[in-house]
Amino acid sequence: MTGAILLWSVAAAQAMLVAAMGCCTYRLIFGPRAQDRVLGLDAMYVSAMLLVLTIGIRTGSTVYFEGALIIAVLGFVSTIALAKFLMRGEVIE
Amino acid sequence: MSHAQDLPGWAALATAALVLLGAALTLIGAIGTLRLRSFFERIHAPTLGTSWGTGAILLASIICFSALGSRPAVQEILIGVFISVTTPVTLMLLARAAIYRDRTEGKGEVPPRAAPRRPD
Amino acid sequence: MSRVLPYPLLTAALLLMWLLLTSFSPGQLILGAVVAMGASRAMASLQPDKPRLRRWQIIPRLLGIVTLDILRSNIAVAGVILRGGGRDRRPGFVAIPLELRDRTGLAVLACIVTSTPGTAWVEHAPDTGVLLIHVLDLVDEAEWVSLIKHRYERLLMEIFE
Repeated sequence: MTGAILLWSVAAAQAMLVAAMGCCTYRLIFGPRAQDRVLGLDAMYVSAMLLVLTIGIRTGSTVYFEGALIIAVLGFVSTIALAKFLMRGEVIE
Repeated sequence: MSHAQDLPGWAALATAALVLLGAALTLIGAIGTLRLRSFFERIHAPTLGTSWGTGAILLASIICFSALGSRPAVQEILIGVFISVTTPVTLMLLARAAIYRDRTEGKGEVPPRAAPRRPD
Repeated sequence: MSRVLPYPLLTAALLLMWLLLTSFSPGQLILGAVVAMGASRAMASLQPDKPRLRRWQIIPRLLGIVTLDILRSNIAVAGVILRGGGRDRRPGFVAIPLELRDRTGLAVLACIVTSTPGTAWVEHAPDTGVLLIHVLDLVDEAEWVSLIKHRYERLLMEIFE
């Protein structure tokens, strides 16, 4: 019984996280300005990381943890690079 | 899907509630990036997902895997520390980039610099 | 001691992280220790300012305050978003004159302000110490100034200065 509750609520959480990624994708595509797109990308990375974590809970497998960590690191670095680019027009000075 | 039946009842319920809470907070934050009107209002929205949204799902993961007994699950704390340290950095840089762009283009409601910068 | 281990805290944290990411075994302990010591030696060649902790006993109190504040403002901001940005809400910038000068303290304050939903760190002028933050729901400007100054800055100054 509790197992079914867990599976259903994880499925609902995954649906919510996918919807969150959809909202961020809208910001990523429709801007209106470059900083809005970068903000959308950053929020999308966080939602994707949480989605991978919920997949890990759903399957009971621990390998998804490393994937989530890598997504978090990549999201951080890419957002930093894009923000630098917005400020100066180049990434490496 | 057999591991869900192996979980004790309290752990399953706590995991379910925390996962739902975290996902709902993240979704509300994402809706915020859609609904709020200006960039500086929108920059507040993702912090919902990165503070307690992430925290709740990480806590759920810790409870789930600790109760399964496959490992003493504390690795999730690493993600938590990493996210809570890096989110301010990215958002701060984004805010500074936005304020720089607004000032050079001379639009928006951005206040001017507080004081002239000393020569470095 | 200071030649071999320039940053003992950093080395310990890196070793702990290594052991969390891999499973514990004597071999991993040695490998992690080697990597952590190498990384802290590399850090020493960058020569960052060493942060000094005056009173580390207050740190748990600060952590507790911040966690509760983040929870409370999570609820507040979620309410603002779900109500759909009503007409009575007025976002705006607040300028706060800070007395905190320690760079580590300022970094911690930046983390606190930004990771709290509803407030975002925008700009800090190091020469005048004026901090510019953006507030999502600005009711009373003086209230925000006194909140930042009395709730966080005082504790941070006790810890770092």
